[in-house]
Amino acid sequence: MYTAITSDPITAETVLRRVGDDGDGAVCVFLGVVRDHNEGRSVRGVAYSAYREMAERVLAEIAAEAAERAGSDRVAVVHRTGELAVGEASVAIAVSSPHRAEAFDACRYVIEEIKKRLPVWKQERYVDGDEAWLDGAVPEVAHD
Amino acid sequence: MRVRLLLFARYRELAGTDEVELELPSRATAADAVDALRALSRDCARIPSQPVIAVNQRYAPPDTPLAPGDELALLPPVAGG
Repeated sequence: MYTAITSDPITAETVLRRVGDDGDGAVCVFLGVVRDHNEGRSVRGVAYSAYREMAERVLAEIAAEAAERAGSDRVAVVHRTGELAVGEASVAIAVSSPHRAEAFDACRYVIEEIKKRLPVWKQERYVDGDEAWLDGAVPEVAHD
Repeated sequence: MRVRLLLFARYRELAGTDEVELELPSRATAADAVDALRALSRDCARIPSQPVIAVNQRYAPPDTPLAPGDELALLPPVAGG
């Protein structure tokens, strides 16, 4: 497994080179990419910020859960921070496993859990010069 | 006891600071720390009264008891991915 929060640009290759095995017949990759519009507004970029230490911990937990689901330890996830332009990847996920169903499932699991509980925030920069924090998800907090 | 409280994203902007040190009574809870923060200034009072809280980098309910040196964080709704 490999997980990281990084301010460096990320590509599919960033995670692809960390998965794969001679016994794996499937490799699934997901990229989250900054798009040029949101809710009717023209977007020129997105600034991502993180509670870095906690985000590293939560991302490792999510990857471990995905590995458990997939029955494969070949799970790699990298989330970007900093100023991203349209077209740049904010998150890259790769999972490899012997068969495709597990790889697809684990890849989907990782991105959905990131959306629910990774302590990361994004502020959209608009073409008109305005900016706004995006509404997010309220993480579930387990009560002991 | 003294604890550190970290603020992120929108809450950081509202409060005008990214970190405060709080002096709390012994037996204080995470919710008490939020109350203490909101009492610091008019800007800090703009933070919601029941935000999502992390204690030592784990999501924690408001009644979580605190210990000296704990690192608390108030987390706006998350928007990764």
